[in-house]
Amino acid sequence: MIMVPALVPLPVVLPLLGAALTLILANRPGLQRSVSVVGLATTLAVAVALLVEAYRHGPVVVHVGGWPPPVGIVLVADQLAALMLVVSAAVTLCVLLYSIGQGRGETTESAPVSIYHPTYLVLTAGVTNAFLAGDLFNLFVGFEILLAASFVLITLGGTEARIRTGSTYVVVSVLSSMIFLAAVGLVYAATGTLNLAQLAGRLDALPDGVRLMLQLMLLLAFGIKAAVFPVSAWLPDSYPTAPAPVTAVFAGLLTKVGVYAIIRTETLLFPGGQVSGLLMVVAGLTMMVGILGAVAQSDMKRLFSFTLVSHIGYMIFGVALSSVAGLSGAIFYVVHHITIQTTLFLVAGLVEERAGSTDLRRLGGLARIAPLLAVLFFVPAMNLAGIPPFSGFLGKLGLLQAGVAAGGALPVVLVAAGALTSLLTLYAASRVWNIAFWRAPRLATPGPIVRLPALMVGATAALVALGVALTLAAGPLFRVTVDAATDLRQRTPYVRAVLPPERR
Amino acid sequence: MTRGAAEPTLVLVIAVGVLVATGVTLLLERSLTRILLGVILLGNGVNLLILLGGRSGAAPLVGTAPAGQMSDALPQAMVLTAVVITFGLTAFLLAVAYRSWYLSGDDEVQDDLEDRQIVRRAERNEVAPADLGGEGPNNDPEQVDPGPALRRLRRHGEQR
Repeated sequence: MIMVPALVPLPVVLPLLGAALTLILANRPGLQRSVSVVGLATTLAVAVALLVEAYRHGPVVVHVGGWPPPVGIVLVADQLAALMLVVSAAVTLCVLLYSIGQGRGETTESAPVSIYHPTYLVLTAGVTNAFLAGDLFNLFVGFEILLAASFVLITLGGTEARIRTGSTYVVVSVLSSMIFLAAVGLVYAATGTLNLAQLAGRLDALPDGVRLMLQLMLLLAFGIKAAVFPVSAWLPDSYPTAPAPVTAVFAGLLTKVGVYAIIRTETLLFPGGQVSGLLMVVAGLTMMVGILGAVAQSDMKRLFSFTLVSHIGYMIFGVALSSVAGLSGAIFYVVHHITIQTTLFLVAGLVEERAGSTDLRRLGGLARIAPLLAVLFFVPAMNLAGIPPFSGFLGKLGLLQAGVAAGGALPVVLVAAGALTSLLTLYAASRVWNIAFWRAPRLATPGPIVRLPALMVGATAALVALGVALTLAAGPLFRVTVDAATDLRQRTPYVRAVLPPERR
Repeated sequence: MTRGAAEPTLVLVIAVGVLVATGVTLLLERSLTRILLGVILLGNGVNLLILLGGRSGAAPLVGTAPAGQMSDALPQAMVLTAVVITFGLTAFLLAVAYRSWYLSGDDEVQDDLEDRQIVRRAERNEVAPADLGGEGPNNDPEQVDPGPALRRLRRHGEQR
């Protein structure tokens, strides 16, 4: 297969080309929609091909412009990156279809403006670029692309509420980018390279103190993006006011890009678990503080924003264990959580469309009013809470087993915190179910029955099905994640694929 | 950077420190315009820091100087990218600040709605109303007749 390396840049290039085209086609909404859908569908196909190739033959590497590393930029699709690409492409495609459905259902006034499609595609390109980046600076650029696009999406329409939440989001994101950029500069000053594969060798040679400082700076920058506890307060403040599809894709993907960057740097650049104690404490606090926040909320979107923060803790826990089982559990959990969290926000959007609000105090009886909607909520909600046999249960089980296997006091405390968080998630989810779906019917805006657009329901149903499919395909998926985790732990497959031996 | 100086001078290091410190101080303000100025200062400080990471020397053009005396071109290229990104973000923040001023008359970033409600309740020393009404069978809307809870909710609605 000679053509395979040529596929690697496509997940970045296709959405960017699509963004340019959709911008040109701003006056022809029909054509614009088709271009976006085709672009993202092709990206999904390419991502699947890359995953198959990376699983069978190891990391796929492309030297951009034919410049060999460490001088040139490399894009690397190893199993972890390819798996992330597949999930993110599938999720972005579903959310795009959902937003198209929403645009058709609404009146022209509130329909997505013509800038929506190009920005959405740029966001996708930023996410895929971050996944594929083979050097720290390109990772930074990927982050900036997705952040710049997300700034536009979160302030879409420019209403007062969105400007307020948008400014919080923008300032926090800019600050985290500055910390990241400063860390990039310091890494370069200390080692003379930014290529991840080359850094793997050179960072090991640095004095412990310098290495620890660089590690903590990068962790802080990614931690803000991933919404890890002490620096997570921005998320529930800024996500809920954005349009439903935007919140859904942010919740599903953007924080996970931060988690991906943490996984990548902690395994490739700073192996050995120097800060695993700190990470575990942070993971435990993220879980507990997040879920306690969720329990106290009375609005569906805010509640799910808090569960989002809380469950980031599980992934950080897996990274902190730094064993193959822990990493594999973390990767599985990322895949599961991207799908489920996006689905739940899409369902919240459907509830808003149908009942006029997501405020629990004003909702009731949706199970009788909209039975299909109830099913679409119930399945991912139970999945998130970790009810067997759903993938949420399998992911948590994998992580808790890895924690028990690691032994020691801190991992056991974390296992207990994880189990408690799972129970509290179940409580929060069933509370939403009891109030919004199960009690006597009540609508925020009673009136004529609104028919939900078929495309919106279809896209949500597709994501619910994907979430259930993760359960059915859990065996093969765990094989991939264990493989990816083994590669990450060994480091050599990645380094060998990127750098010729004499340059290491 | 001076030609041939291999070490970063203390002046540049101090400049980075001052830029970052003033930038962070301004970031802690409430007004978006000041935050914007803070972002600009902070961005410049960080860019200067990156520039310090590379070796200084002659212009990195083949033929102008021996390779050993050339400056490191990579941090300069990175700074160029970073400057462009900072510029774009600054423009966006400026637009957000203008929009905020246009809509609400000032560019102060308000507290979150939920936070404000909590503060208001704390000032009045009252407990948050439960979502569903109080305790006990009469106030439990999950009972067959949700009347009491509905009345309670309606009362709360009027108060607001």
